[in-house]
Amino acid sequence: MRKNQVAVVGAAETTELGIIPNMSQIQLHADAALNAIADAGLKLSDIDGFATAVESPQQVCHYLGIKPTWVDGTSVGGCSFMLHVRHAAAAIEAGLCKTVLITHAESGKSMIGKLPRSTPADSLNGQFEAPYGVYGPPSMFPIPVLRFMKTYGITHEQLAAVAVVQREWAAKNPRAMMKDPITVADVLNSRMIAYPFRLLQCCLVTDGGGALILTSADRAKDFPRKPVYIMGTGESVETPMVSQMETFNSSRAFKTAGPLAFKEAGIAHKDVDHLMIYDAFAHLPLFGLGDLGFMPHEETGKFIADGNTRPGGKLPLNTNGGGLSYMHSGMYGMYALQESVRQMRGIAPAQVPNAKISVCHGVGGMFAASGTIVFTNER
Amino acid sequence: MAEPQRARPKPTPETQEFWDGAKAGELRLQRCDACAHVYFPPRPFCPSCASRKVSTFKASGKGFLYSYVINHRPAAPGFTPPYAIAVVELDEGPRMMSNIIDCPQTPEALELDMRLEVAFEKLDDKITLPVFRPAKG
Repeated sequence: MRKNQVAVVGAAETTELGIIPNMSQIQLHADAALNAIADAGLKLSDIDGFATAVESPQQVCHYLGIKPTWVDGTSVGGCSFMLHVRHAAAAIEAGLCKTVLITHAESGKSMIGKLPRSTPADSLNGQFEAPYGVYGPPSMFPIPVLRFMKTYGITHEQLAAVAVVQREWAAKNPRAMMKDPITVADVLNSRMIAYPFRLLQCCLVTDGGGALILTSADRAKDFPRKPVYIMGTGESVETPMVSQMETFNSSRAFKTAGPLAFKEAGIAHKDVDHLMIYDAFAHLPLFGLGDLGFMPHEETGKFIADGNTRPGGKLPLNTNGGGLSYMHSGMYGMYALQESVRQMRGIAPAQVPNAKISVCHGVGGMFAASGTIVFTNER
Repeated sequence: MAEPQRARPKPTPETQEFWDGAKAGELRLQRCDACAHVYFPPRPFCPSCASRKVSTFKASGKGFLYSYVINHRPAAPGFTPPYAIAVVELDEGPRMMSNIIDCPQTPEALELDMRLEVAFEKLDDKITLPVFRPAKG
């Protein structure tokens, strides 16, 4: 794909974030979509391309009254929206549609109109993982951590520092769910969830949604907001069974998607002003920094513990507070994308001064899938 | 009211041989006749070279502790927390999720790379589950 041919011209989250007991999941989709449409200065009838995950495109399109000529229901977990951005950019470039709306919403906390997640007993996960007591992401996602720590000499304190630093970012964000400062000791004394991870190293469970609108870069200059260009993209999948990953020392999906996006953008790591790495759990930023090639994995724990990713640090990371402190409705990728767009527009609550390139890296399932988007505000 | 039960696997035509093996006290793996790749979970072709000529064999049942979590909450039905959910690397190469029995479920007792051997836990008349315990000797 050619870089900077497609731009984000509308971006918004749901009006409320956090605990939203007065809205069903499908209405959260609509709320985010209507906010993004208003942000772009468009009408619903202008939308001719649509993508969403978990919820079917027909469900959301009908609810909103959209009549698309291009749809994408790619649903590979929390990074689905990174893949939607990539696919939408390709579709716009190919002339399949002109203006794409991507929505995410999840009533993750209030569970109103939420589709059930289940693991059939005759699926491979049902046969070869469920009988051993896995029960939700906290029991599965951290399974690689102890091996990763042993291989690279990563400490419990370094993995606690991830949560501490992200809380510093969240403190600057009025919409963040958790804003009170925490220490490494607070993290290491919080309730044990799944050793080695404690409560403050696991993502929040909230309600909310977000939506993006994309169009060609040539049209983008006529929109009210500063366009944010899609500079590079990558995607991959590995396995739905965490036990069957090629290795616990890295994520194959990360190592495929990340470098694809960097190559397409034609950038080096030193060019990155702002970075989002989907943090469902505290080890993900470490995997991401290593797998995306920012540094050897051995250095990732120290890099974060030394303050390099905190406010004022040389590589601002997860500047909204992340899934650990901002919000996490179940599929956080959309919120990471929203923060990258805010940073590129220059309107983020914790704005990185003069940021021109933002890398947004997502995970789906338990390292099952990955998508990476490089954004820029210069064409 | 019946106690909540541990999740029961339901075999498919492609995995029945594995579950028959566990019932007979054997850990069965598959090897590609064309490229010798050993793989898991079971399927009637080689995920490395796509050959449909594959054979099932009885594995040694030996391996080591590759990684784990000790789950505290929420606990799966049929489990009493804290309990370890482990990934075992078999000497033949493949890894599988399992539980570690005859061992305290603590970070001190569960040392990465410790040698393990397979054991079998009968869940009911249809399903016996391979689990692992610290290797003797």
